Amino acid sequence: MTHQHPALTAEQKKELADIAQRIVAPGKGILAADESVGSMAKRLNQIGVENTEENRRLYRQILFSADSRVKKCIGGVIFFHETMYQKADDGTPFVQMIKDKGIVVGIKVDKGVVPLAGTDGETTTQGLDGLWERCAQYKKDGADFAKWRCVLKISEHTPSSLAIMENANVLARYASICQQNGIVPIVEPEILPDGDHDLKRCQYVTEKVLAAVYKALSDHHIYLEGTLLKPNMVTPGHSCPTKYSPEEIAMATVTALRRTVPPAVPGVTFLSGGQSEEEASINLNAINTCPLVRPWALTFSYGRALQASALSAWRGQKDNADAATEEFVKRAEVMGVALLG
Amino acid sequence: MTHQFPALSPEQKKALADIAQRIVASGKGILAADESVGTMGNRLQRINVENTEENRRAFREILFSSDTSINQSIGGVILFHETLYQKDSSGKPFPAIIKEKGIVVGIKLDKGTAPLAGTNGETTIQGLDGLAERCAQYKKDGADFGKWRAVLKITSTTPSQLAIQENANTLARYASICQQHGLVPIVEPEILPDGDHDLQRCQYVTEKVLAAVYKALNDHHVYLEGTLLKPNMVTAGHSCSKKYTPQDVAIATVTTLLRTVPAAVPGICFLSGGQSEEEASLNLNAMNQCPLPKPWKLTFSYGRALQASALAAWLGKNENKKAAQEAFRKRAQINSLACRGQYVQSGKNDAAATQSLFTASYTY
Repeated sequence: MTHQHPALTAEQKKELADIAQRIVAPGKGILAADESVGSMAKRLNQIGVENTEENRRLYRQILFSADSRVKKCIGGVIFFHETMYQKADDGTPFVQMIKDKGIVVGIKVDKGVVPLAGTDGETTTQGLDGLWERCAQYKKDGADFAKWRCVLKISEHTPSSLAIMENANVLARYASICQQNGIVPIVEPEILPDGDHDLKRCQYVTEKVLAAVYKALSDHHIYLEGTLLKPNMVTPGHSCPTKYSPEEIAMATVTALRRTVPPAVPGVTFLSGGQSEEEASINLNAINTCPLVRPWALTFSYGRALQASALSAWRGQKDNADAATEEFVKRAEVMGVALLG
Repeated sequence: MTHQFPALSPEQKKALADIAQRIVASGKGILAADESVGTMGNRLQRINVENTEENRRAFREILFSSDTSINQSIGGVILFHETLYQKDSSGKPFPAIIKEKGIVVGIKLDKGTAPLAGTNGETTIQGLDGLAERCAQYKKDGADFGKWRAVLKITSTTPSQLAIQENANTLARYASICQQHGLVPIVEPEILPDGDHDLQRCQYVTEKVLAAVYKALNDHHVYLEGTLLKPNMVTAGHSCSKKYTPQDVAIATVTTLLRTVPAAVPGICFLSGGQSEEEASLNLNAMNQCPLPKPWKLTFSYGRALQASALAAWLGKNENKKAAQEAFRKRAQINSLACRGQYVQSGKNDAAATQSLFTASYTY
């Protein structure tokens, strides 16, 4: 560790930093449209639509048909593997539709959670095998960033040191491989909101987790200026009896980030983690008006919180497609405004 | 680690954060006047003055009895143990004189280096034994911040993983104990400038060291808003054949800090590490002018680089007191401008200001 064996050339670094900056440019955030087949089943089930490949294609088409109004509020879209290779009704590849709007294309690359033996139901995330080759292919096929989600939970005895260390390590390995292939890694260490813990407990755990993540990224020689972070906001658990205001959530979240996320990271793109569309935008707005100094962009990488209205407007009916797209555009614009504080 | 057992109450946190903010208030930095007896010996020898307790007292009195307006440039003074209990010629304790000027009093807490067996001449720092009691006493006696210097060096085999991890850990233990007793810990992981390595190598090592330091501080539940960092600037080794400009040093240093130092840390007070007075000011100025974002204050904690001219003006003679104070005041003001990026170098550079203050393998 005494000597530097540069992981990236100056040109590679510049390319990664430029991609990251474009995604989190002022007023912009990310549409997380990378629900796996299983996750899409839940979404479609809620609106009484069958989970077929065609329905998933039709639904993503609704989102990607959004007009140029989304250019100013969406900097990136995360795709699931299947979606990367699907096309619109007129034969235009989805990847091209997104790129034509000047939006960066991203790809989910993890392969889901697997159990950590000897823990209280904790997990790590798999997907490192052959990741290099997959990244190289996705880059050729139009992706410039990727996403990998790790999951931790708060309970009496969790997250354990092992879970924190192991998840931080796989995130760092994934990030390293991405950067080698010109792909900006979004690092997502999600701490689930399940439980009855209070805001302070979530803040404490989030600080410990993020400190471990950034130490791992440093150990693995990750170029921070060419990464993004996708964390949970600091919130109480879902069954916590105490209620907190958006300002309290904002203060706890920004404080935790200020203590752990190096200023070199260009942007923090929050996950919505089950918050309603309304909650997710109010909290994001409070975060952007919080009086603490915030050296990174603080924006969104929302799935449900951007799509819920569009899904219920669609209900699988072709006639509702335009109205559903309009719902999405409106939601995206509201999120963009929330960023301005 | 799943549960928080708060190390500090909200009142304790506020007190620490307030002290830290006062030290690095806009335009202010630190006078590191904590040279040990042996190190003062080196200083005094350069001007042919005998290293007696009285001479050490006399020189510190010159600095501390400067006009009150020195508090526009100096937010804190670090003292050595002996000095904390010395008085001026009228019998007034030094801490009282310093505090009267609205300047925060600090105390050097480490007890020097100890070898790490099985390494290439690397060291850790001792001083943790009884540190809690010492901190409590120093707080009563007027100190509000502490300083602890860890030392690492760059060679083909160092710093080793062990040296980095061990020094980060002792820094974190020291910081934790300080905060428990109301002292703001200045965390100093100095990477010596000895060697012929280039700027890039120093940057790489500094990034690794600082990442380890902040992980250790987090592990030890240290309240970052109530700490300060005293790092080396990122520079080439002293025997490196390649020359770099203040702008090169600035970009390399600030980039390193952006990658490793959380925004919650209120201020970064650079050590001068053997740079001449002028170099140390120019580099600090370049950092505050450089186009990169700076979410913390970037200021100074200078020993040699604030005192060299004053020592040269004093020469151990009482009649030179005013001249020595003027030399000190001038340097303090220049560094105050530098920490706002407003220092414009005038044409003349006197000998003392440009003299390199490098001592190989520097120990206090």
